[in-house]
Amino acid sequence: MSARSVFDGAVFMPSQRKLLEDFKRDTHPDKVNLAGREYVGEHGHTTWLPLVRKIKQQIATDPTLTPEHPPILGIPEFTRRATELALGKDSPAIMESRVFGVQTVGCTGAVRLGAELLRSCYCSSSSWSGPILLSSPCDDSLAGTFKAAGIEDVQYYRYWDAESNGVCVENIVHDLENAPEQCVVVLFASGHRPTGAELSQEDWKRVAEVMVKRQLFPFFLIPAQGLCSGSLEQDAWPIRHCVSLGLELLCAQSFSHNFGLYGERVGHLLYVLKQNLLAVQSQAEKFVQTLWSCPPMEGARVVATVLSNPAHLVDWQESVKAIAERCMLIRERLRERLRLLGGPWHWDHIIKPGGLYCSFGLNTQQVEFLVQKKHIYLLPNGCLNVSAINSRNLDYVAESIHQALSSKL
Amino acid sequence: MGLRDGDGGHAAGVEVTSPYLLGVVRAYDHPNTKLRAYRTDECQPWVLPVVRKVEKMIADDHSLNHEYLPILGLPEFRSSASKIALGEDSPAIKDNRVGAVQCLGGTGALKIGAEFLRRWYNGTDNTKTPVYVSAPTWENHNAVFSNAGFEDIRPYKYWDAGKRGLDLEGFLGDLESAPDHSIFVLHACAHNPTGTDPTQDQWKKIADVMKRKSLFAFFDSAYQGFASGNLDKDAWAVRYFVSQGFELFCAQSFSKNFGLYNERVGNLTVVAKDQDNLNRALSQMEKIVRITWSNPPSQGARLVAITLNTPELFAEWKDNVKTMAERVLLMRAQLKEKLKALGTPGTWEHITEQIGMFSFTGLNPKQVEYLVKEKHVYLMASGRINMCGLTTKNIDYVAESIHEAVTTVQ
Repeated sequence: MSARSVFDGAVFMPSQRKLLEDFKRDTHPDKVNLAGREYVGEHGHTTWLPLVRKIKQQIATDPTLTPEHPPILGIPEFTRRATELALGKDSPAIMESRVFGVQTVGCTGAVRLGAELLRSCYCSSSSWSGPILLSSPCDDSLAGTFKAAGIEDVQYYRYWDAESNGVCVENIVHDLENAPEQCVVVLFASGHRPTGAELSQEDWKRVAEVMVKRQLFPFFLIPAQGLCSGSLEQDAWPIRHCVSLGLELLCAQSFSHNFGLYGERVGHLLYVLKQNLLAVQSQAEKFVQTLWSCPPMEGARVVATVLSNPAHLVDWQESVKAIAERCMLIRERLRERLRLLGGPWHWDHIIKPGGLYCSFGLNTQQVEFLVQKKHIYLLPNGCLNVSAINSRNLDYVAESIHQALSSKL
Repeated sequence: MGLRDGDGGHAAGVEVTSPYLLGVVRAYDHPNTKLRAYRTDECQPWVLPVVRKVEKMIADDHSLNHEYLPILGLPEFRSSASKIALGEDSPAIKDNRVGAVQCLGGTGALKIGAEFLRRWYNGTDNTKTPVYVSAPTWENHNAVFSNAGFEDIRPYKYWDAGKRGLDLEGFLGDLESAPDHSIFVLHACAHNPTGTDPTQDQWKKIADVMKRKSLFAFFDSAYQGFASGNLDKDAWAVRYFVSQGFELFCAQSFSKNFGLYNERVGNLTVVAKDQDNLNRALSQMEKIVRITWSNPPSQGARLVAITLNTPELFAEWKDNVKTMAERVLLMRAQLKEKLKALGTPGTWEHITEQIGMFSFTGLNPKQVEYLVKEKHVYLMASGRINMCGLTTKNIDYVAESIHEAVTTVQ
């Protein structure tokens, strides 16, 4: 047998969870992890909604549930309810049977599947390779996911504007006006990661107009429907608006945040088309079989149970609203603390958007200061997860941010 | 009663409940129905008692962490699953050169392994490395490797229809003529769809050639424990290759042996020359997972990990697995006996020589058509049956029907 390893060509790849690992190793008593993806409660960790626990217990003791391979495209009741959640029960696209949904392994699975479908079906091509436009900045794995599916031509449109500490719709409109016709544009309907920054409905109308004019194809991401504004409908409005304009689109949904089902990987990909629904659906089946064969049932069962029961639905909507309100409250308190600490800075941009993520406009040195000297971990681009701020660490976080901005760094 | 064909395939699967006894024929035509599940003697799916127990434990456990699992999966699942494949005392594990990636079922494990090999094996991004799959094989093997980017997927001789057994000569011949460093997808036990496994001596011959030609062994292990009823016996081939110094992948599925078809529990076990190479490979696999499904699902992995790591539950599980395997072995033995008793022409030794869920009966397409149309006994055109479809109530009818088919149709 050869002395060399067959794996010796593999280059070492530093873990993408390095920040989390560093945080875990850190022994400082005041350390705070603001770089996590999950919603954490006031007690500092993730938790199942009480309703979710109850349903899981029911599932575990239900004698009628038998182990079978799930349908390739997922549990029908789940895909139906997930589609209605995103588009609205009375969506014309649903009425006209121009939608199909696929249960996926989380939002990443939905994006990957969507990417595979675009490569094989978009623009009547069997090997479409782009261009696809992502927001700048965006989640670090998005570009890689599209490239893995064979869509090599990844470009960016300007989203976050450092000057105004928010989204600049002028930049977006300009970049889309100048994008190649028929390219695919990835848009966060709400809950943009990592900035949390959002467009107003008026802004969305302008963006949608350009999309129609230049025949651009929207690929929506909606990772936390309901958690941003507290309203399921409001968080999905941009998608519904595009559907009402007659646009075809893809939409990747996650039920991780709004159900606290992170571990269970409950995602959904929905496709609104004008025609060829069955052909595209059969392509989807083909790709699912080579990715994961069929999706895991547990989490989707929970979601389907909640969404199809009126009493559970009300219960769930209340929980989601409570999470959204807590995030808003934390933002307000943080803004207030920072204002009281003084300085020339303005903090309104913290409370404008809702949801989990927030961008503070900190530069690299300031972020490094917070991580190394204050043991406050946030993303390298200065974005953070507000839910990890609580009554115990609010003062420390506020003071540290103030210090980072005031020191000559 | 019915012989439900066990593979999803594109053939219609029709379930028949005792037309002889009840006069009822139920038919559903789902080209993609996954009919690969175990059935009890009442022809029902079976939730393993140990699984029910652990499911409840998980639902009632308030201390559980609900975050995303690490990208590579639940650590205690990965290590215990690899131990199941390689053995508790595996020297490779002791040498810290074994790692694993929790994946979405066996398919997911094949996927991640294939994506890694395409990027990093035999050069960088070498899509031309030949990938060999058995003739015949599980239909999805081809699609997984092809979708991962491999351009050259070839069959290697495996099933000898004439002698209804392994075509060892052909297999060894294809190994010899394969370009060095080619990838070979090997079925660890209970070959799907033929049910025919190499003997230990035959595996030794296969390993010899593979070692000499530096061929890569990618094991697909979907039936460990389920085939013979004994976990160690069903893992013999994988462990032999490891003992011979091979670096290899083993895609494990816990769908059948835990009855967890719906929670997608799989594990890609990686055996490398040393820890350094292992870590580099795993680091790249983490990147691949991140852009495929990001983090694997927790439910099934937790269940398996708790079971494998708790002595009483582990013992109970081994017992449950033995129950399933023994039922299938009994049906095999009984079918063969009945065919012999009826004096059905031909030899039927292969029914008990084959192992696992599936059996290649050797019936020709005309005989299969007769069985389906005239006797309402359903099987694949290839003559493959899912042994789990046999029960003590229908076995007489099935044996008689096969007898009729063989004697009436040539």
